[in-house]
Amino acid sequence: MNFLDQIWLIPLFPLLGAVLMLLFGKKLDPQPASDVAVAPGVEHTHDEHDTHGHGHGHGHTHDHGHDHAHGGGHGHGSPLKILVSLLCPGMVLLSFLFSLGAVMQLAQLPTKVHQVVQFTWLAGMPFHMLDGRIATFSADWGFLLDPLSAVMILVVTGVGFLIHVYSVGYMAHDNGYYRFFGYLNLFVFFMLMLVLANNYALLFVGWEGVGLCSYLLIGFYYQKKSAADAGKKAFVVNRVGDAGFILGMLLLYALLGTSRFVDVNHALQSGQFHAETAGFGVLSAIALLFFTGATGKSAQFPLYVWLPDAMEGPTPVSALIHAATMVTAGVYMVARSAALFQLTPATSSIVASVGAFTAILAASIALVQNDIKRVLAYSTVSQLGYMFLALGVGAYWVAIFHLFTHAFFKALLFLCSGSVIHAMGGEQDMRRMGALKDKIPVTHWTMWVASLAIAGIPGLAGFFSKDEILWQAYSSPSGSQVLWLIGLVTAGMTAFYMWRLMNMTFYGKSHVAPEVEAHIHESPATMTVPLTVLAIGSALGGWLGVPKLWGLPESFRAFEHWLAPAFAAAAAEGEHGGAHGASIEWILMSVSVAIAIIGIAVARYFYHTKPEIPEKLELRLKPLYGLLLNKWYVDEIYDFLFVNGLAKGGGRAMAAFDLSVIDGAVNGAGWFTRFCSTISMWWDTWIIDGAVRLGSFTVKLLSYPVCFLQTGRVQAYALFFVVGVLAFFGYYVIR
Amino acid sequence: MHPITTAHYLGLSAALLLIGTVGVLTRRNIVIILMSIELILNAVNLNLIAFSKALQSVNGQIFAIFVITDAVAEAAVGLGILIALFRNKETVLADEIDLLKW
Repeated sequence: MNFLDQIWLIPLFPLLGAVLMLLFGKKLDPQPASDVAVAPGVEHTHDEHDTHGHGHGHGHTHDHGHDHAHGGGHGHGSPLKILVSLLCPGMVLLSFLFSLGAVMQLAQLPTKVHQVVQFTWLAGMPFHMLDGRIATFSADWGFLLDPLSAVMILVVTGVGFLIHVYSVGYMAHDNGYYRFFGYLNLFVFFMLMLVLANNYALLFVGWEGVGLCSYLLIGFYYQKKSAADAGKKAFVVNRVGDAGFILGMLLLYALLGTSRFVDVNHALQSGQFHAETAGFGVLSAIALLFFTGATGKSAQFPLYVWLPDAMEGPTPVSALIHAATMVTAGVYMVARSAALFQLTPATSSIVASVGAFTAILAASIALVQNDIKRVLAYSTVSQLGYMFLALGVGAYWVAIFHLFTHAFFKALLFLCSGSVIHAMGGEQDMRRMGALKDKIPVTHWTMWVASLAIAGIPGLAGFFSKDEILWQAYSSPSGSQVLWLIGLVTAGMTAFYMWRLMNMTFYGKSHVAPEVEAHIHESPATMTVPLTVLAIGSALGGWLGVPKLWGLPESFRAFEHWLAPAFAAAAAEGEHGGAHGASIEWILMSVSVAIAIIGIAVARYFYHTKPEIPEKLELRLKPLYGLLLNKWYVDEIYDFLFVNGLAKGGGRAMAAFDLSVIDGAVNGAGWFTRFCSTISMWWDTWIIDGAVRLGSFTVKLLSYPVCFLQTGRVQAYALFFVVGVLAFFGYYVIR
Repeated sequence: MHPITTAHYLGLSAALLLIGTVGVLTRRNIVIILMSIELILNAVNLNLIAFSKALQSVNGQIFAIFVITDAVAEAAVGLGILIALFRNKETVLADEIDLLKW
């Protein structure tokens, strides 16, 4: 079977699943809320709003799924529900198998690029390009499989499949079972459209589609106000970025007359455009607008604020959408536009700076958060900052490499946290956990692997990609010592907050409430098997991109070689001079490993050996601690500036403008018309009618004397005749 | 014996006219008023005949015949109205019939 020509099938499977679920799912999942099975000994009502809603500290969110789910993952209801559980992950598995087939066939091609255009989707709009030529706007419904999208589809379908399997156990007792899987499949469809699209317009379809699914899934527990608000927040914040993306896309179209990646890259590399090393030209503007879109989708400063709130969604959603796949869409898009960014050093340095700043900002917030999922959320923002740092310094393959390894260990971390929350019956506050190591062993050791991986311990996936990023930040022509230092400090913070999390959750003394303690249990196999698979990926995934320095066979650098054709142009432009010696690289690598170990050690000392130290530090550094705990007050600042200031204030200003100016104009016009009509009426009554009445009055007045002649007596009249006649004759006679 | 000249006729005619006019203006009985009108018309007729003879033209006589015809019709209509009026008002006195005033 020729998978390459049937690429369109890859996104079709999840779409099919989504359509089936969303159209017919309700019939497949007839369980009303009251029928949900709850394990014996658990005193929970099904009224989700009251179960855990009180008595928790600030910033604490709940995953309502656990009110039902912690009874255990077994006990799926009807056979129809089992059908859903098989169908939806099965569709993603089919996609994964087709993706594997397609990627294997792609590897055989000499060019490593395969484009399939199904049909023209938007067509026939002529417009003027920037240089005055007339081009016809058109966009294909077409797919492009190259090394870059190959990596992405494998990550999306592979990790996506594991998370689907995990969800079967995790969501087993949730009401919106079919709805959840329908959205999840729809998300996979849009994500595949995003990464397989062969032009920016179709990429944007996927881009908006995943945004929609993100919104739907964050607000999955829509009865809960905070979840609904978080969904809205994500949607609105993303719109800000998307506006930039659309503008960039249209500007690119106006410049080049095409939006196909292949044609765009070809045009940019044709020598027609020169790198905008000095100043800020149209290419820089396009790149900056694209990056604006990426900051929204990939949660970079200043648009990262939606991602921590997105943790209101079910945990598998956090893992799939808000850690492993969707949030990396911005990284993918910038990497896809590598040829463009390569020509715009100004924008690239902005990308690197924003990435580095986001990395350290989010890591600093993660240091003090107490909600297990929020720590991971800020960790995700921080890691995405790393990826943008890599993109900004021109190390595109490294960014994708980190995306790849991050997908494993961050999905794993989230799924483990889900498993912890599941075991704890919905508890997310790490201050109420502790000593869970032996009670949920599989979760513990998989999370241990993931934490080592993200901390950057040599041999595990995170080490290779993070170290490569740090090295590129230092050695690349567009990198600098400052960027490297920020990355290094972030790495230390990462190690610290991850081991703070591990210590607070799995080690030390138990702070678990007794009634919760009684039924802590390991998750079912549908959840632990994906954890194990992802743990293996987190452990071994990095060996595809071993540093050149280690002198291992080239097959250990397969990732870079695989992606080389995709970034051929970028590589040609940004070839390192090799000015930095091997000894510096060894030193830097040692430093980053050392700081990771120091971070881990400090975290262990603080939260295991001497648990009283953090409290003392909190007291001593109260202002700083408060600043971090409240996330640098960024949300409050945005609230003040944009929500209350711009949106509500603007709304009030608009209302005032409406009331005074628009309504004022209408009312004024009405008043003026009434005023004019009053004058007109006065004129009519007194002048026009007056003149008429005056005329009639005059006539009447003048007629009075004449009236007396009319006596009614015939003989009087006859007398007048005679007198008249006599007078007449008399006149002539006398004359 | 003086011959009768046109001037004599004219004098008679003027006397008749004067008598008729005074009758019309002064008498209250409508019957008398109608009779006075006949006198006026006949004064006219006399004039017409006198000039017809004096001028040796037949036109005057033709007009006189017309006037007689007219007088007959007028008397008939006038008496008819008078009878209708009497039936309504029970009077033939002109000064008691003064409805047509403002």
